[in-house]
Amino acid sequence: MEQKSLFSVISPIMVGPSSSHTAGAVRLGLMARNIYKNDFSKVKFVLYNSFATTGFGHGTDKGLLAGVLGYHVDDPAIKNIFDNVKNVSYSYDYAEDISRHPNSVDITFDDKMTISGDSVGAGEIRINCINGFSVNIDGTYDTLLLMYKDRPGMISTVSDIIQKQKVNIASLHCDRDSKGGTASMYVALDIPVGEDVVEKVRQIKDVFFVTNIRKLK
Amino acid sequence: MAIISFSELEKKCAEENKSIYEIALEEESVLSGDISDVIRLRVLEDLLAMKDAVRNGLVSEEKAVSGWCGDDCQKLVKSFAARQSLFGKVFEKITAYALATAEENLRMGRIVACPTAGSCGIVPSVIIAVAEEKKIPEYQQINGLLTAGIVGLIVSNKVQLAGAVAGCQAECGVASAMAAAALVQMLGGNTGEIINAAALALKNILGLTCDPVCGLVEVPCIKRNAFLAVHAVTAAELALCGVESKIPIDEIVDTLKITGQLMSPLLKETSLGGLAKTKTALELEKVLHSQNDRT
Repeated sequence: MEQKSLFSVISPIMVGPSSSHTAGAVRLGLMARNIYKNDFSKVKFVLYNSFATTGFGHGTDKGLLAGVLGYHVDDPAIKNIFDNVKNVSYSYDYAEDISRHPNSVDITFDDKMTISGDSVGAGEIRINCINGFSVNIDGTYDTLLLMYKDRPGMISTVSDIIQKQKVNIASLHCDRDSKGGTASMYVALDIPVGEDVVEKVRQIKDVFFVTNIRKLK
Repeated sequence: MAIISFSELEKKCAEENKSIYEIALEEESVLSGDISDVIRLRVLEDLLAMKDAVRNGLVSEEKAVSGWCGDDCQKLVKSFAARQSLFGKVFEKITAYALATAEENLRMGRIVACPTAGSCGIVPSVIIAVAEEKKIPEYQQINGLLTAGIVGLIVSNKVQLAGAVAGCQAECGVASAMAAAALVQMLGGNTGEIINAAALALKNILGLTCDPVCGLVEVPCIKRNAFLAVHAVTAAELALCGVESKIPIDEIVDTLKITGQLMSPLLKETSLGGLAKTKTALELEKVLHSQNDRT
């Protein structure tokens, strides 16, 4: 059994009214922002199931937008976020899909990257899909995420670079669309690596996307 | 090694001759790698945020999206200023602070989930009101919050603290047990009395359902915070008089979990049963939907 912190019970400090529908929404937005990393001018949210049906009364729409704009769960400005958005257009769609978690969202930046995630309770979240590739990122670890052309040796090349920094790998997961097709890898780390490591990974042959995802506070 | 039961916690307190809050600090220190002063500072941060929420909630009358709730705290503040309540100042403050915090939560104000956002008024109202009236210094309030924390943590190791999993007994109910434990700690009770207070509080809310009207954290959630804050005081007072729960707390926690499993899904945060399906609730739902469509 994984030991839980005292602060899982007497925290977080957050704006209300719901840890799953408000704080969880902000953290999903923040995590998506951490993954996409680039400035963006357009963001689209598709809210599913309970997020879609009861999100209105819980400020889920505000929370998601505030998150992608970099606000933290306890920022009182979230309440009036619609009045404070500049230079970013945003839209919401609502859908039902019983195959997905009750509190689920797709976040699309500039029509370039779609990040899907769930709010799994008590403000905890899980990112489970990036541009169609399955991942499992809950924001508790600094994580290196890369996409590349599937070929032998990629795992050892990446882990070798990380090992040389004396950083321990907490977990590692790969996925691919087909043999020799596009693959994804995420590496959860005990301590964050620097941009120099990201650059080294970027220079590996056949890697076409890499990002260094900071864990959530 | 995590503490997974109250009997284990009690044993550890006796063996090491320490208070429950000291064990809580020790455990958190092992888990996080932080020294106890750093952990106390984080708890203080929570405590100060709780006090801010009370302060803000006491002066606001802003209504929530439903248009139903948000002005009850003001009614208490005004009424108690003119007429003393039967139970006196501590009661007046606890009920007002609980409503202040819960109303801040629904209007998207800044609160501390303790253990959840829906039950955020219970622990703070008891700690802050009693500390003010009994002149209890801040470090003892922190000890109280640490005690509340480990009580909630041990329960959460057995049952997830979510209305969707075990009904409101796992949210406001557990918050009330946490508050009772914090209160006995602050009033100088011993380990047995603290654990008994939590047991008495928990035992007497078993079966409490989660049936929020329109799925909002408003009805019955807000007022329930005031009720279960006072419930915590009853438990603490009885425990301090030496009243013991005949059923040990670990067995009560197991019962809470099983009761949650036996509870119909209609009564576990789905808003498909209970108060959420009353005639009045359904009427409000219609009004809200039409508002929602307009936006």
